[in-house]
Amino acid sequence: MFESLDHPGLPQLIIIIIYLGLLLLLGLSSSRLFKGTKEDYQVASHSIGPFLLLMSLFGTTMTAFALVGSSGEAFKEGIGVYGMLASSSGIIHSLCFFIIGVKVWKFARRHKYTTQIEFFRDRLDNDFIGLLLFPILVGLVVPYLLIGVISSGTVVQSLTAGLAPDLFPVLNPAGEPIMAMHGGIPTWLGSLVICVVVLVYVFFGGMRGTAWANTLQTIVFMILGVVTFYVIANRLGGQDSLMENLKVLAGSVPTEKLTRIEMSKTKFFTYLLIPLSVGMFPHLFQHWMTAKSASTFKVPVVCHPLFIMIVWVPCVLVGIWATGDLIPAKPPLPNSPNAILPFLVKTQTGKVLGGLLAAGILAAIMSSLDSQFLCIGTIFTNDVLTHYKGKENVSDTQQVLYTRLFIIAIVAITYALGLLDPKSVFAMGVWCFSGFSALFPIVFAALYWRGLTAAGAICGILAAIASWGYMFYQALQQGLREYVLILPLGGEEYEVMPVVVMLASCLIVMVGVSLVTPKPSDATIKKFFS
Amino acid sequence: MSSQSSRGVWIITALVVLLLILHQDNWFWESDTLVFGFMPIGLFWHACISIGASLTWALATVIAWPLDDDDAVAATETAPTSTEEGA
Repeated sequence: MFESLDHPGLPQLIIIIIYLGLLLLLGLSSSRLFKGTKEDYQVASHSIGPFLLLMSLFGTTMTAFALVGSSGEAFKEGIGVYGMLASSSGIIHSLCFFIIGVKVWKFARRHKYTTQIEFFRDRLDNDFIGLLLFPILVGLVVPYLLIGVISSGTVVQSLTAGLAPDLFPVLNPAGEPIMAMHGGIPTWLGSLVICVVVLVYVFFGGMRGTAWANTLQTIVFMILGVVTFYVIANRLGGQDSLMENLKVLAGSVPTEKLTRIEMSKTKFFTYLLIPLSVGMFPHLFQHWMTAKSASTFKVPVVCHPLFIMIVWVPCVLVGIWATGDLIPAKPPLPNSPNAILPFLVKTQTGKVLGGLLAAGILAAIMSSLDSQFLCIGTIFTNDVLTHYKGKENVSDTQQVLYTRLFIIAIVAITYALGLLDPKSVFAMGVWCFSGFSALFPIVFAALYWRGLTAAGAICGILAAIASWGYMFYQALQQGLREYVLILPLGGEEYEVMPVVVMLASCLIVMVGVSLVTPKPSDATIKKFFS
Repeated sequence: MSSQSSRGVWIITALVVLLLILHQDNWFWESDTLVFGFMPIGLFWHACISIGASLTWALATVIAWPLDDDDAVAATETAPTSTEEGA
């Protein structure tokens, strides 16, 4: 079928297969350490040290967006995306690890929580809050999962294009081949293989397998990001040294991409609230629970901002270079900004690097997918099934079995939804993050404010979701990506991110209702604030 | 929390607020200066913010870390029997 290894798309496919094989091997190896208990399956028996925690937290928070989206957004918006999305996350993510992660870890270890809902039910001495949070958390994670599943199929297809044009034709309405995808592994097959690989290592390895796989994947996408930067810089610059190449490439970029002339200052400022979502991500909560000790958090807290910088700065530079006049006129640049990095890799580097970058992008995608699958399986098992059936009626072994069965169901449902190819799901990304950010006051108050009441928390959550729903409905008419609030002030109009209103609604309602409703019992206060 | 640790928390709070203020770098908004001849100054500034954040959090682990947490948990929990990576 293939005459040589030089066949278009074949080297890339071989590298992807080898990489997926390595992941399976790692996941299955980790399962040999499995102790058979629920605690071991869901939180690796709280045995994860600083390095694995750093890599798994970083891998989980960085999705495919870190590689593909960062260069694509820089191509579209210029260098401002780094401040908007990366340096802000460097400050706020570590802040969340520090003020939320360490504290919830302490309570969780003391009172044996694995999920956020277990913590909130106990802290607020209220069962209903679990029922309320459950659909909200799952509902906000699912679109995030879908983005990963759909992206993985698209990446595999575009980077194996040319492999088997007769078998996998991709034609436009006029019947002409779309060269960027023609002959590549079809998206349904690529997504299916990725889902199965993630399912296998999460199913057998549980949280330990996830943490090990995340570590490998994070190393892979960080190294490949830097290597890609180096090779593209040297190819596009055409000078003798890397430094000279960097200089000529920077000189070719139009002024609007080197600056933030076209970016709203208030939108930039209010974007700072988006990374607060990390404080309420259920999958990160579960990763925090894996830490061996509170001190284990020190390395992730310190290194997270640097890791973001190592991944994002090269990608942003590549993105703005693509707007310059040193980019060859042929073949023309793709229309989609997210296709910029794969396009440059394909046209400016060799097939092997193309295959390696495909593995790197898939690594970034899978390192988020695995944690989310495991987390949703855990939430279903602990907060719904075991909670209502009674812990005494479900053995440890049964809970592991139920978690695994729920994971299979979630993977199957997500894959099936992905087949519908809902394009608008990509625009949902920032809305999902905004929803989690809007709930941040609840977790912060639960940890630091004795006066938080169950009624206050419930009303705060309802206010956050109501404001989210209202603005989401409006955004559906105006465009999910473009929607911003306009704040008229002193004759000027300022753009503000919707998350400001969502978070403020939650905060004001939560505080107001807590002040006028019965305080938690002394026993509860003593349990969490002694 | 000891008075030394309490002072540390205030120092870290001040540094985080400073980082957030420096993050809104209106002064470099329209500057197209290239640092080292290749790095747009707006990007360079925010890369420095990332480094500053890392240094701030490194300081936090020294002067504002809740050191008693491990002890508090250890008093009520059995220590894990094994540790990944031997950390």
